Amino acid sequence: MDVLYFAWVRERIGVPKETVDTGAKTVAELVEELKAREERYAAAFADLSALRVAVDQELTDFDASLDGVREVAFFPPMTGG
Amino acid sequence: MRISVQEAAFDLGAEASSFASGHKDMGAIVTFTGVVRDLARGDLDRMVIEHYPGMTEKALEKIASEAQARWNLGDVLVIHRHGALEPGDMIMMVATAAPHRKDAFEAAEYLMDYLKSRAPFWKKEITRDGADWVAAKDEDEDALSRW
Repeated sequence: MDVLYFAWVRERIGVPKETVDTGAKTVAELVEELKAREERYAAAFADLSALRVAVDQELTDFDASLDGVREVAFFPPMTGG
Repeated sequence: MRISVQEAAFDLGAEASSFASGHKDMGAIVTFTGVVRDLARGDLDRMVIEHYPGMTEKALEKIASEAQARWNLGDVLVIHRHGALEPGDMIMMVATAAPHRKDAFEAAEYLMDYLKSRAPFWKKEITRDGADWVAAKDEDEDALSRW
């Protein structure tokens, strides 16, 4: 699936988008997989309360299922307007 | 309903006038415009707005649809820019048309409250000394609870 990063999450991880081959069943499991990969992921995901997640372009929670999901995005709280 | 996510500047007068002229049965048109504000130190060089193409449009349509379901509205317009802007530049505007002003005002406030913290935009402030992502404010999140 495609994993997207925005704002400081993108800067910390170093890419805007990557394709991840994962067996994770939930967003939280995907986060754990990514954190175990490299320090830059561990740093970006250190405090989940500072992050928001969207699954297939809908805001959701970290316990959301990844069943059939094509796209997951991680980003800080939004600052529009 | 019209939603536009764009890099280009918009003409507030032309947009407001065009929006207002299309409705003979609407007694109230409210517009709100957000402008890039300089920092207290007066050293903001530019603001860069990042967004999530695809999700942004969907999120704005959802917010506008919610407003149309809650208030008696004839029409809704949302324009939000992304990319690099300078102090004084217009970032975004919303406009609402309703038979009566209470609906138009309340719906415009609702749109603003929701698009501040539920539409995927992120602001970065660039000064001579560096760049900082704007942090979301607790009061912006709290503002949603009144609806």
